[in-house]
Amino acid sequence: MGRSFGFDELLYLLLAIPSTLLLSLGAMIGGGILGLMIAVMRISPYRPLRWFTTGYIELFQGTPVLMQLFVVYYGLAVLFNLQVAPWPAVLLAFTLYSGAFLGEIWRGSIQAIPRPQWEAAECLTLTYPKQLWYVILPQAARISIPPTVGFAVQLIKSTSIASIIGFVELTRAGQLMTNTTFKPMIVYPIVAALYFMLCWPLSLLAQQLERRIDANLGAKRHF
Amino acid sequence: MPILALRGISKRFDSHQALDDVSLSIEPGEVVAIIGRSGSGKSTLLRCINGLERPDRGTIEFDGEVFAPTPPRLRALRRHMGIVFQSYNLFPHLSVERNITLGLTAAKGMTAPAAHAVAVKVLQMVDLEDKIKSYPLQLSGGQQQRVAIARALAMEPRLVLFDEVTAALDPELIGEVIRVLDRLAREGMTMVLVTHEMGFATRSARTIIFMHQGRIWEQGPPAQLFGAPRTAELASFINSILPVAPAQNRAQPHSSPIGST
Repeated sequence: MGRSFGFDELLYLLLAIPSTLLLSLGAMIGGGILGLMIAVMRISPYRPLRWFTTGYIELFQGTPVLMQLFVVYYGLAVLFNLQVAPWPAVLLAFTLYSGAFLGEIWRGSIQAIPRPQWEAAECLTLTYPKQLWYVILPQAARISIPPTVGFAVQLIKSTSIASIIGFVELTRAGQLMTNTTFKPMIVYPIVAALYFMLCWPLSLLAQQLERRIDANLGAKRHF
Repeated sequence: MPILALRGISKRFDSHQALDDVSLSIEPGEVVAIIGRSGSGKSTLLRCINGLERPDRGTIEFDGEVFAPTPPRLRALRRHMGIVFQSYNLFPHLSVERNITLGLTAAKGMTAPAAHAVAVKVLQMVDLEDKIKSYPLQLSGGQQQRVAIARALAMEPRLVLFDEVTAALDPELIGEVIRVLDRLAREGMTMVLVTHEMGFATRSARTIIFMHQGRIWEQGPPAQLFGAPRTAELASFINSILPVAPAQNRAQPHSSPIGST
């Protein structure tokens, strides 16, 4: 009955790690660019931009990422007769998803910068984009590092959903190995352990960054 | 010809009339100290002058030009008008030098070496040239405020606004900032200050403006306003800010040092 779980099967799981990592990384980069645009539009003086981005964030935060994936994968095919391969489909879906979450995280970080910082920059005759670029965003970036890394951990785990449409990443590789070996109680703990090995260092990094930012502020408070 | 002329400035916040038909004219080289109780409209007036608040009515004429509150016109207005805030508002992520040069390079298009030379010059004016590489949060409050003054001076303003610049400082740090203000006044800088430092106002201001309920209640040279206030409101304000009589005077009748009897 089936193959035994040996070195080849373990190797197959390990070789699926790059797919999970590349999907996560791609979604972080694409979502990062999208998220930055959303964050900036979300605080824009122009109301239509704020409405649009608020709607976008509500939509993507208020629906399961699985549904978003289905809509991208099947929806494009049905609506536009556009057959998308799994790889671009999952990358697009997770980019849209990450954009909403990162946009909201960064919007909060930007708005945490006190109003007088804007005023001081404005009084030096910097234009609005330069006020953002030189004064607000560098400070907001520091605040946003811990929650951003935290989101990256969430994202790595969420990419397991991509297995549903047949995209072979770590979870899908686990399913395939279970199907051939019939040993889910060996395969899935290993898959879980591999996810843990990806996420744990990032969690540690997030904690350390948080501590370092706290320590910096503490050290600077007294003179 | 006045460098700054306000005509009929009014500003309302919800139900509160912050400024009520304020007109004011300031000559080049004049030092004007605005005094008054909190909520009298002093800071709002200052913020209206450089467009941080948009007046509901009235015009602001600076250097012979009337300024509409659009971003490009406000930038043109502020190109020659500096402001120093109560809470310094330095950029904590930038060095002292970069705090000063940011406006020069990013807004005025100056080259980095030229901006560096300006930074050195203005830091000398506030006696902080040795702190050029420091970061704001490594400095004391008084030093931070002097950097903020240097940052305003770097833009080569024809008018500098000071919004209660010593109010957030510990008492022992106020003197170093006041000395800088005194020096600027002596050197002929046109300055408008909202301040509670009556010593400075008496010494260095040519004009005192007393604000009350959003209006200019009394206006004149320090000797006239402090020596002979015309209105009960100003008299009562002056009384309220006079130093409390030293404790020893009050305690004297009861004190009999041990051993003196």
